[in-house]
Amino acid sequence: MADVARAADFRTRLQQWIPKLVLSPSLAAILFFVYGFIFFTVYLSFTGSKMLPRYDWIGIENYVRLWGLSHWWTAITNLGIFASLYIIFCTLIGLALAIFLDQKIRGEGMLRPIYLYPMALSFIVTGTAWKWFLDPGIGLEQTMHLWGWESFEFGWIKDRDMAIYTVVIAAVWQTSGFVMAMFLAGLRGIDNELLKAAQIDGASNWNLYRRIVIPLLRPAFLSAFVILAHLAVKSYDLVIALTGGGPGRATELPATFMYSYTFTRNSMGIGASSAVIMLMTIAAIMVPYLYSELRERK
Amino acid sequence: MGFLDIRDVTKFYGQTEVLHRINISIEEDEFLVLVGPSGCGKSTLLNMIAGLESITSGEVSIRGRVINGVHPSQRNIAMVFQSYALYPNMTVGKNITFGLEMHGVSRHEREEALLDVAKLLQIDHLLDRKPGQLSGGQRQRVAMGRALVRKPDVFLFDEPLSNLDAKLRVDMRTEIKKLHEKLKTTIVYVTHDQIEAMTLSTRIAVLEQGHIQQLGTPQEIYNTPANVFVGRFMGSPAMNVIPARVAVQEGVPFACVTDSGDGEQLLRFSQANLAGWDGREILLGIRPEAITDPEGADRGSTNVVSLRNRIGVTEPAGSDTFVTMTLGGIDVTARMRADVNVCRGDTVDLAFNMDKAVAFDPETEKRIES
Amino acid sequence: MGSAAQDTAVHTGRVARTFIYLVLLLFALFYLLPFLVMLINSVKPLSEITSGNMLALPAVWTIEPWLSAWSTAQIGVEPTGLKPYFVNSLLMVVPAVAISTILGALNGYVLTKWRFRGDGILFGLMLFSCFIPFQIVLIPMARTLGILGMAGSTPGLVLVHVVYGLGFTTLFFRNYYAAFPTELVRAAMIDGAGFFKIFWRIMLPVSGPIMVVSIIWQFTNIWNDFLFGASFADLDSMPMTVALNNLVNSSTGVKEYNVHFAGAIIAALPTLVVYVVAGRYFVRGLMAGSVKG
Repeated sequence: MADVARAADFRTRLQQWIPKLVLSPSLAAILFFVYGFIFFTVYLSFTGSKMLPRYDWIGIENYVRLWGLSHWWTAITNLGIFASLYIIFCTLIGLALAIFLDQKIRGEGMLRPIYLYPMALSFIVTGTAWKWFLDPGIGLEQTMHLWGWESFEFGWIKDRDMAIYTVVIAAVWQTSGFVMAMFLAGLRGIDNELLKAAQIDGASNWNLYRRIVIPLLRPAFLSAFVILAHLAVKSYDLVIALTGGGPGRATELPATFMYSYTFTRNSMGIGASSAVIMLMTIAAIMVPYLYSELRERK
Repeated sequence: MGFLDIRDVTKFYGQTEVLHRINISIEEDEFLVLVGPSGCGKSTLLNMIAGLESITSGEVSIRGRVINGVHPSQRNIAMVFQSYALYPNMTVGKNITFGLEMHGVSRHEREEALLDVAKLLQIDHLLDRKPGQLSGGQRQRVAMGRALVRKPDVFLFDEPLSNLDAKLRVDMRTEIKKLHEKLKTTIVYVTHDQIEAMTLSTRIAVLEQGHIQQLGTPQEIYNTPANVFVGRFMGSPAMNVIPARVAVQEGVPFACVTDSGDGEQLLRFSQANLAGWDGREILLGIRPEAITDPEGADRGSTNVVSLRNRIGVTEPAGSDTFVTMTLGGIDVTARMRADVNVCRGDTVDLAFNMDKAVAFDPETEKRIES
Repeated sequence: MGSAAQDTAVHTGRVARTFIYLVLLLFALFYLLPFLVMLINSVKPLSEITSGNMLALPAVWTIEPWLSAWSTAQIGVEPTGLKPYFVNSLLMVVPAVAISTILGALNGYVLTKWRFRGDGILFGLMLFSCFIPFQIVLIPMARTLGILGMAGSTPGLVLVHVVYGLGFTTLFFRNYYAAFPTELVRAAMIDGAGFFKIFWRIMLPVSGPIMVVSIIWQFTNIWNDFLFGASFADLDSMPMTVALNNLVNSSTGVKEYNVHFAGAIIAALPTLVVYVVAGRYFVRGLMAGSVKG
């Protein structure tokens, strides 16, 4: 065996090495900037770092303090509300639009880009638009009043209890079209003969979708869920642009919490520990998903 | 030493041995077909000759030069792939000359070589098209052109006809055969189609589960299969392999088989040495075309035995009628003339051409040498 | 995504169809309204916005807010308008997109056509890096950029975006090349082409569709990024999104809504243009299996 390997000519051996050489810069970058940095941040979360990183090991104190902060609890609760509503509404709207668009709709070519374009916008732009649109003084409420509907009230964005729902509205506006596209692709991938067979079996449209089409869209549901869930945990820009985390702390999310504790409140250790918890949340969703996806391909 | 030598070649994927000590020596101008069911290792062996897969142990040499570890492009081989593997972004002409360009052949020489090959394969009018605009047969020709233009020592074909429809496949088969006869090239050709193997080759290597089952001329393989596997794999419909017992009467060996009525019938063997198997079980191998209606029997045969049996399904196939019956407890196929008048359930006379029959040892499934 | 002409087996009645069209149009309105309203109000004088109806067309048309947003509006402390930041974004986006796409293409090529033991794990590591919350790398990245002398600079931001975009571009090209017949690479090897020749002459010429996906994806993501820009840029390298946020959320002076809207549209314009020009290819390419691992 060794004899044969030694006999390989220079060119063959070179050709075996080049691919690995080509891959190595990217690999090194990922290992250092992603996994090295994750390790570093995890380490920091066990130190007493304040404004600058310090390397004194203080155990899980940061985590204990973190979970004792009402500010963090607000952020976590908000994330729970935001993520679940965001995922549910994006999925429902995306699925409904996709099924409706799949009914040989005239003007589909016009509608599809209209549904999709918000995806191309920055969350900062989305936030700017919705911030003002929802502002009771000059936006929707004011317009309704001018149109004579004096009792109309929509002041959620200024309301501590309701402000988080405005973040949901703006986020759903931005992403639901993308989810629609995912479902539409799934629908177009279903074999038409299957649908014809079901109709010959006497299935109504309702049953056709409930019993056959929607179960077949399982992969699209899974992809949509994974993408939306990880976007929800990472949400930062939109809150900054729409509410700035306010009123008060009413719309703080873990992402904004991490940023303010690390860079403005000089509690880097606590900031790091909150980042670790965000990472763990995403890993709990992504790792099983990626693992099964990569398995399937083999 | 042959032109292309494969000596003690084995291949492991991890701990799994997929090829076991393969030895084949191929002469110049020979057309060797590697045939076997899918997963038998034939494509792996071809890829090892091409240098696309490493050789775990053993040696491959061309013109006496060991080519283990030599880069595929330096082996002076050319390959025609199953999917043709034409570069979709290049014209036909570019596809054919790409290899020459990579080897630093001047533009002028490339043009000349291209025109020669194009004329030979009658694709001169296609040179400016892209592969996407070609029919299956045309793509096949371009793929062959790409191989021919290199004037390699050895041509490797990896199931080149399996993507064509039935009619075209037969045409291209003829064409490849003509090309080989005209150009006198050395070819190693992989297929799972035993008819391709029979019609094209000068020699056949039958592979199964990483072992060479038999290596020989098409006639040898067909008439004297080395074992039950080769007998059944080559030929269509497959060879009948009937459980039988050897009975010797006055020094002459007979095969004793049960017929459809559970009676015993005797078929005299042409091979005298089977007398040594007196009283023992064997497997009688006989091809459908050696069981006929009496009028259709081979007049050249020295040993046609008549046998009465009840027949089952008849399948008129146009040129012949295939008839199924029970013999030795299994379904046996006979090949009768097209206009023979038999029906299901009839008991008819059958002619067994025992010159063409072979006997296998039921233990080892190997053919009993005569 | 195929054309609308595809034969659908489902038949719907007249009432159902009316309902479907109604819902579809309502949602079209939902998606269009915020942007349209922003557009209308960006060409109104400020007085009309604060006192008037946001849905009314302007009584007086003016492009003053656009000019102001572009070149004179107060961003932070400087009355520079968004122009310099637009340039900053361009200087950051173009190299970052180019480098990450080229590297992604090479990685995808290696991971599909030159496979080696353990390549699956490496790909898994790269893939997971797409989805990490970037908060986890903010602190060490700030330190590293400082050590490298790239803190607050455009090259620093380019580095950041290349590193955290690599996973996606590799994913795109890997999935695309996985469907590309390996026999072609083998044929080219026998023809005598080496690693780079095969890439250049055989793979790249057929990579158009996935190039579009990778470029659009990276362009939108990097152009729209806020977190990295806000964390690692200083005034000389601040990208458009951060500048826009400063413009809109500055607490001093009168809120010039019309200027904000003009600025927001300017910030959105490049990605919208890319989307309008090449969006259909993007969706088609993306849906051809690339969103999945």
